[in-house]
Amino acid sequence: MSSKEWPLWEVFIRSKQGLSHKHVGSLRAADAQMAIDNARDVYTRRSEGISIWVIESKLVTASDPDESAEFFEPSESKIYRHPTFYNVPDGISHM
Amino acid sequence: MSTKNIEELEREFQAKIDADIKIEPNDWMPEGYRKTLMRQISQHAHSEIVGMLPEGNWITRAPSLKRKAVLLAKVQDEAGHGLYLYSAAETLGLDREKSIDDLHSGKAKYSSIFNYPTLTWADMGTIGWLVDGAAIMNQVPLCRCSYGPYARAMVRVCKEESFHQRQGFEIVSLLANGTPEQKQMVQDSLNRFWWPALMMFGPNDDNSPNSAQSIKWKIKRSSNDELRQQFIDVTVAQAEMVGLTIPDKDLKWNETRGSYDFGTINWEEFNQVIQGNGPCNKERIDARRNAKENGAWVREAANAFAEKRKKKELTH
Repeated sequence: MSSKEWPLWEVFIRSKQGLSHKHVGSLRAADAQMAIDNARDVYTRRSEGISIWVIESKLVTASDPDESAEFFEPSESKIYRHPTFYNVPDGISHM
Repeated sequence: MSTKNIEELEREFQAKIDADIKIEPNDWMPEGYRKTLMRQISQHAHSEIVGMLPEGNWITRAPSLKRKAVLLAKVQDEAGHGLYLYSAAETLGLDREKSIDDLHSGKAKYSSIFNYPTLTWADMGTIGWLVDGAAIMNQVPLCRCSYGPYARAMVRVCKEESFHQRQGFEIVSLLANGTPEQKQMVQDSLNRFWWPALMMFGPNDDNSPNSAQSIKWKIKRSSNDELRQQFIDVTVAQAEMVGLTIPDKDLKWNETRGSYDFGTINWEEFNQVIQGNGPCNKERIDARRNAKENGAWVREAANAFAEKRKKKELTH
């Protein structure tokens, strides 16, 4: 067949004003506008969204899951970044 | 890159599974896990797509505008479910086009239930009630499947299936309380679909050699026989409520087990249907093949339009 396969798109949906767009899945479409049209039919048949973003899947750069332990280690070891690390004397409120 | 050997990787993988940590697309996974999921998810996707056909058969003949709108919405949902699932399978490296060609060549399987004909309007009720009911029984545990994209797709699917089952049962219950002819029609439909619906859960546990591994990997969370029993136990009461008779003379409440005993399933029939010799296998595959071939111009036109729009944007 002469027609080339449609590229894959990642779909992000804002469910209501005030919330960020959230990844919901992917689909195939010939271009970005058609990906948005298809995303409306595939992912928002029951008022799940008021705004859609699409991005071609091959443009996403992801961190390497095999290295996630080392990669995220700096945040694991710094427990003093959390408020629960600190002792607050009894009787102190609004803190 | 990781320098761990395969045993270590496999051990770590199973430890994650045992700790109920989901597996995501780029994570390391055993080839067997990937293959099992690719086969299961693509079969599931094919079932959703082929499953549009028996009901599509009645869209033009639905008895009212309301029923037509509902049936259209349901069939459109099935298309959506197929798409979620193909996308989930693609995250494992599945080639979607090839997978669809495998369906069309008869190499890939899909649920045996869709190879039965839909002879009367009552079948639209029975399919929603029993077929979607059995599908929900199967799919609810899959929402907790160890593979993230599959589990997430299943959450969406299950939310939508619940309307499918209810609209079906509404049709069944209206017909069962209708004229004697209507009641006869829905009883006949139940007679035809009951056993094939029970077969949807797959072979008995002792004939299901891959189940143990799938359960260890938490791809499957319950066995075929457990799910089948659960389905029978909830459905019998529903049939009784609307005055319909389950076509099984051996069906009997078992006090000690707290479950229904039921008759023997005709596995020979099941195997025949799986192997392509069911009443509608050829018709279903022909319909899918025609849809792909006759729809080629749409896909080409979309590509041409995308090219044209890109050129226009570049010249602006």
